[in-house]
Amino acid sequence: MERVSRREFLVAGAAAGGGLLLGWHFDARAAASPDFAPNAFIRIGTDGRVTLTMGQVEMGQGMYTAMPMLLAEELEVGLDQVQLEHAPPNDKLYANPLVGFQMTGASSSVRMLYTPLRTAGAIARTMLVAAAAQTWKVDPGSCRARHGVVSHAPSGRTLSYGALAETAAKLPVPEKVVLKDPKDFTLIGTPARRLDTPDKVNGKAQYSIDVRLPGLKIATLAESPVLGGKVSSLDDSKAKAIPGVRQIVRLDDLVAVVGDHMWAAKQGLAALVIGWDDGPNAKVSTADVVRGLDAASQEAGVVARKQGDAAAAIAGAARKLEAVYQVPFLAHATMEPVNCTVHVRKDGCEVWTGSQVLGRVQATAAQVTGFPLEKVVVHNHLLGGGFGRRLEVDFETKAVRIAKEVEGPVKVVWTREEDIQHDVYRPYYYDRIAAGLSPQGRPVAWTHRLLGPSILARWAPPAFKDGLDGDATDGAIQLIYDIPAIQVEYLRHEEPVLSTGFWRGVGVTHNNFVIESFMDELAAAAKTDPVEYRRALLGQAPRARAVLDLAAKQAGWGRALPAGRGRGVSLLYSAWNTYLAQVAEVEVSKAGEVRVHRIVCAVDCGTIVNPDIVKAQIEGGVVFGISGALWGEITLKNGRVEQSNFNNYRTLRMNETPTIEVHLVRNGEAPGGIGEPGTAVTAAALANAIFAATGKRIRRLPVKDQLRST
Amino acid sequence: MATLNINGRDVTVDVPADMPVLWVLRDVVGLTGTKFGCGMALCGACTVHLDGQPTRSCVTPVSAAVGKRITTIEAIGETPAGRKVQKAWLDLEVVQCGYCQSGQIMSASALLAKKAHPTDADIDAAMSGNICRCGTYVRIRAAIKQAARTPSAVKAGG
Repeated sequence: MERVSRREFLVAGAAAGGGLLLGWHFDARAAASPDFAPNAFIRIGTDGRVTLTMGQVEMGQGMYTAMPMLLAEELEVGLDQVQLEHAPPNDKLYANPLVGFQMTGASSSVRMLYTPLRTAGAIARTMLVAAAAQTWKVDPGSCRARHGVVSHAPSGRTLSYGALAETAAKLPVPEKVVLKDPKDFTLIGTPARRLDTPDKVNGKAQYSIDVRLPGLKIATLAESPVLGGKVSSLDDSKAKAIPGVRQIVRLDDLVAVVGDHMWAAKQGLAALVIGWDDGPNAKVSTADVVRGLDAASQEAGVVARKQGDAAAAIAGAARKLEAVYQVPFLAHATMEPVNCTVHVRKDGCEVWTGSQVLGRVQATAAQVTGFPLEKVVVHNHLLGGGFGRRLEVDFETKAVRIAKEVEGPVKVVWTREEDIQHDVYRPYYYDRIAAGLSPQGRPVAWTHRLLGPSILARWAPPAFKDGLDGDATDGAIQLIYDIPAIQVEYLRHEEPVLSTGFWRGVGVTHNNFVIESFMDELAAAAKTDPVEYRRALLGQAPRARAVLDLAAKQAGWGRALPAGRGRGVSLLYSAWNTYLAQVAEVEVSKAGEVRVHRIVCAVDCGTIVNPDIVKAQIEGGVVFGISGALWGEITLKNGRVEQSNFNNYRTLRMNETPTIEVHLVRNGEAPGGIGEPGTAVTAAALANAIFAATGKRIRRLPVKDQLRST
Repeated sequence: MATLNINGRDVTVDVPADMPVLWVLRDVVGLTGTKFGCGMALCGACTVHLDGQPTRSCVTPVSAAVGKRITTIEAIGETPAGRKVQKAWLDLEVVQCGYCQSGQIMSASALLAKKAHPTDADIDAAMSGNICRCGTYVRIRAAIKQAARTPSAVKAGG
């Protein structure tokens, strides 16, 4: 049995979240209501209705199932007995311990909330049992909670949670609660059915783009095509003549057309004649960015990991290998284009959105309108894809700025073109990596200098410390191989030509491609099988070695393949605390087109809450990773993003999708993150498979036309 | 003014003749299950049926839909193929964010209505116009095959 005292629980929360969890037990109690609401997550009405409030948002990753599973397991209710509601913004009640505020991302929800949410459920269950015991005047230890009912076996009496709610609400919150022994779990570890999906197959699910309000107008916009540009002139005479166009909003960096419906707004936008002052980025191209990175990469970076004297060891090694790796800017292209509905009234403001950071939405709306936080109401919705895009509030900020100029509620919808051309992009990273090999080909030293902007310095400034960005270096500093001398350096390099931010695994996704591709280079230099080469360096990492062995076995590693085909392997470990090995099998045509035939993954993410959701996240992450590795690329010309829609920002489709197998390792280790690893591990496995098939080493993504015969 | 037959009901709307069916459904009629993804028939999120044919509503002017039966995700469960597809989608837990799934289900339902036992090539041909950024393709394929194996339920009372 795991015993968690309330004090320990609060201290644990305080250590990571700044004392924020203290608010749970007091602030959240509805004093006047007979409902039982022992904390911000659980409310039980006298009618027996159990409502779970979701502080973590649902963007496809399964949190509206996994979070209820944690609560319901300890509360002793079935998932079919609960109703879910979106949490309002509240950085205190719903803080994610990883960052100390309300945030869904970084593959952190289960990792961070596994114990806190179980504890929240256990507190409620303990109080309901106490209420029953008090009613019956029996020892609580003789009562048992199950399926929303407390029973007293000796006397055969039972009371439902609804009947106990009013009594439980008057009881003190217990100092100590007992969490269930994992062997008694009835929900955690099972492939419980998702709670969010029934409404997603019949059109009822509500995303923010589906908001309907009386008097709602629809707006669409053109932002400056160059970052930092301004509107210099505007002729809106033709736009105003279009039926259904109601208003043109000109701000310094954008123009929006407000209409009765999206068609009027789109037509109006197309009819505008906008002059732009492009500003300082007017002439920038991708080549300029790469030149800047290359020049900067000659300097030493800030040391993020140091073990031995790697430079000296390389200098003295029998053989030295070095390489430069690059990954491009990437857009998110969530299927739901960014959008936000806002109603600015005289005395307050209401916002409807789908965000991974609700508190930040509230804060930016307050800042733009000048209202205090409590005058800004934010309604969250299901997210039509997140991938890091909705960790930013740039689009809500713009929507509020536009709405300030509009009478009544307005839904601001970005066209796909505006969405792709005004994203907050995955940064361009540029890496210099080197290793020294022993005469037998074993690595004796490793140096890795990675360059890119610091997302954390902008997004969470306190997290950027001493020149280091733990997100940018994630996956690089944990290099899991047994190499005597290692030096990892980070060099912050900002290129203010595009806004950059998180993108499904961002730091790890980039680093894993570099590290695992280079490991493959070392194996090739040592003329050793890539799986064997890695395996020999994993003596200290049994969980890593186990997933590598499992993936290799399941993939039939070593078995012969037809000409033109190859297998590649990659292995992932990072702060997500998940071990993932992947074997990719690809075919490269004579024309240089890559066809991915098969992907095999072996995953050890510790304790699994819902194995089917884990598999789904890996499958989907792999698809996201393939799109990015083979074709994903945002390029600049004259300061403008050259891609605009799915015709030139290519993503994987049904006919291009390989078979994907996911093999799970089951154990009782702490839960690891699972939303991003599938993406992060994929690029290197593909690139290594391409090398096996063609002998061509991919050191720059995307693969795109690099294999085209010249 | 145009009269449209949407999910078996006649609806009269006062919209320009060139307005795409997508925006009529979403912003005028209030059926928001049909999604906007690209506006250029590149992603399939807006797929509806016109007389049973899968159609990208974002590029289909309302004038082209007059006189035809428009079926949307909200009513596809009333067709035998649609019902089977929806059930298979839930049974195999296809869905992640769900935003593209209206279009996926409309494309899959049209495929199964036309071809009861589609091959992989049929599935590729019918479904490759529908993008899913969550990457649910593997399960979509499996769910279509499962739906194809499901016998059509006998209509209640029929």
